[in-house]
Amino acid sequence: MSFVGNLTLFVLSAFVGYEIITKIPTNLHTPLMSGANAISGITLLGSVVVAGSGSTTLATALGFVAVVMATINVVGGYLVSHFMLSEFSQGGR
Amino acid sequence: MADGILAQQLDEQVLQFVYLVAGIMFIQGLRDMTHPRTATRGNLISSGGMFLAVVVTVLWFEILSPAVLAAGLLIGGAIGAYLAVAVETTEMPQLVGLFNGFGGGASAVVAGAELIDTFASGGDLGVGLTATAAIAALIGSVTFSGSFVAAGKLHGIVGESPVSTTTGHVIKATFLVAAVAAGVVLVAQPSLFGGIPTAEWMPVYWVIVAAALLLGVFLVVPIGGADMPVVISLLNSYSGLAAATTGFVLDNTVLIIAGTLVGAAGMILTIIMCESMNRSLANVFFGGLGGDDSGEEMEDLYEGNITETSPEEVVMLMETADRVVIVPGYGMAVAQAQHAVAELVELLEDNDVDVEFGIHPVAGRMPGHMNALLAEADVPYDKMRELEEVNPTFSQTDLVIVTGANDVVNPRAKEDDGSPISGMPVLNVEEARHVVVNKRSLSPGFAGIANPLFARDNTSMLFGDAKESMQALVNEYKEATS
Repeated sequence: MSFVGNLTLFVLSAFVGYEIITKIPTNLHTPLMSGANAISGITLLGSVVVAGSGSTTLATALGFVAVVMATINVVGGYLVSHFMLSEFSQGGR
Repeated sequence: MADGILAQQLDEQVLQFVYLVAGIMFIQGLRDMTHPRTATRGNLISSGGMFLAVVVTVLWFEILSPAVLAAGLLIGGAIGAYLAVAVETTEMPQLVGLFNGFGGGASAVVAGAELIDTFASGGDLGVGLTATAAIAALIGSVTFSGSFVAAGKLHGIVGESPVSTTTGHVIKATFLVAAVAAGVVLVAQPSLFGGIPTAEWMPVYWVIVAAALLLGVFLVVPIGGADMPVVISLLNSYSGLAAATTGFVLDNTVLIIAGTLVGAAGMILTIIMCESMNRSLANVFFGGLGGDDSGEEMEDLYEGNITETSPEEVVMLMETADRVVIVPGYGMAVAQAQHAVAELVELLEDNDVDVEFGIHPVAGRMPGHMNALLAEADVPYDKMRELEEVNPTFSQTDLVIVTGANDVVNPRAKEDDGSPISGMPVLNVEEARHVVVNKRSLSPGFAGIANPLFARDNTSMLFGDAKESMQALVNEYKEATS
């Protein structure tokens, strides 16, 4: 896609994000943060491409490092949020 | 992909379509986070979107070294899962900070690897994309080192006290200028020096990374521990923006969507935190905080005005109360007192006392920290009230128990006396009939100023560790009501 096309996506996503996140109650701000944190591990996709198809050894090695870091972010982030949220859903006692 | 142009176009369509589905799943996941009932499902939907996006990427792109990829995924997954399972709830803020750092670091490394590959094949990313790569390096690296320092502060490895020096500002400015200058060189060099960029220009990229890493360290080290909610939120936002900029470099739509959503989430939390303290973001990052109340001034205020109380006396107040509000602060988290507090609430409810929590937005070390701890102790979420909701009710409240909080209940915030918390919205606990403040000593909170609340006639001090004090209240109350 063109740069401007990507920019369009960026701007629209920012508006969607603003609309949704301002509606999230304070109660859930911690799980929101760790959940959003896990989503930011989406950079894993880029890491996968570079690690898997890097044409130079250096790029492949860096890709490997990036895959490890991003996977820690994704797996850890979603798990921590899940543990936290399951506490909230029991909140009715 | 080898089946000619048509097949490739179809594949590309499929890939983009799956990315769209993943993007929708991220958005729906966040939408479900607007209510505690649906939030768990939201997190699952969001993780499903992530899984889908990773799988389709692995299947679609030509993987030259599947072993390397599989090893990376396995190692990263194992470390992430281990940390998530092994780490205690009290250490949650630093863990979230740590994960965040890894995400930012990955973005900086990926953008670099992409540049290396492009340069090696004699290609040129073009001015726009090289600039984006430079931005990803800058934001990603600051996020990486900044998050690690923040996590270290929250863990008590790095000093918690705020420092603000001119030398510090000069150092920060120097590293920022160095990183930006290197970025400009990297972007401008094809036109300046002619020819196609070659791998020889790659070190310039690592100069950006190095300068930005140092910038992250020097940026976060001087910030005080109690300002970490703002720092963590902002770095969270940065890791999202780093992912989005990487998306521009790799021309990947779902990276842009997801990264931007995270960027927005972090930015909104940052703004909420700053507004709750009546401070600007610049003040949090560069101003430092710390009142100048001398020991003498505090003595003048406290001398002869402090009423010390005992668990027995507090229980007597509890027995005659119809409505009790509990105000928790970071001290509750440090002492791990949330279970004792939850038990106390349950006992009060059993005796038909109306109990609620008054939670200040910046109580604790991350946004919603108190809520997460109380939820862990099985406190129903409808008992946790925000500042605006609970403030009008204090005048009809018989007893307020403040445990481990200080600055967020300081009435001086309402006076325009130039104190560091002047103008900050606070919980008006002094309007209640009785206030019991549970604290280890009279020492000032993060803002470094005396708290006139402690010296008021309707306030009594219950000195001691939050957990021990709350447990003592539970035991006394059980005896008194049985």
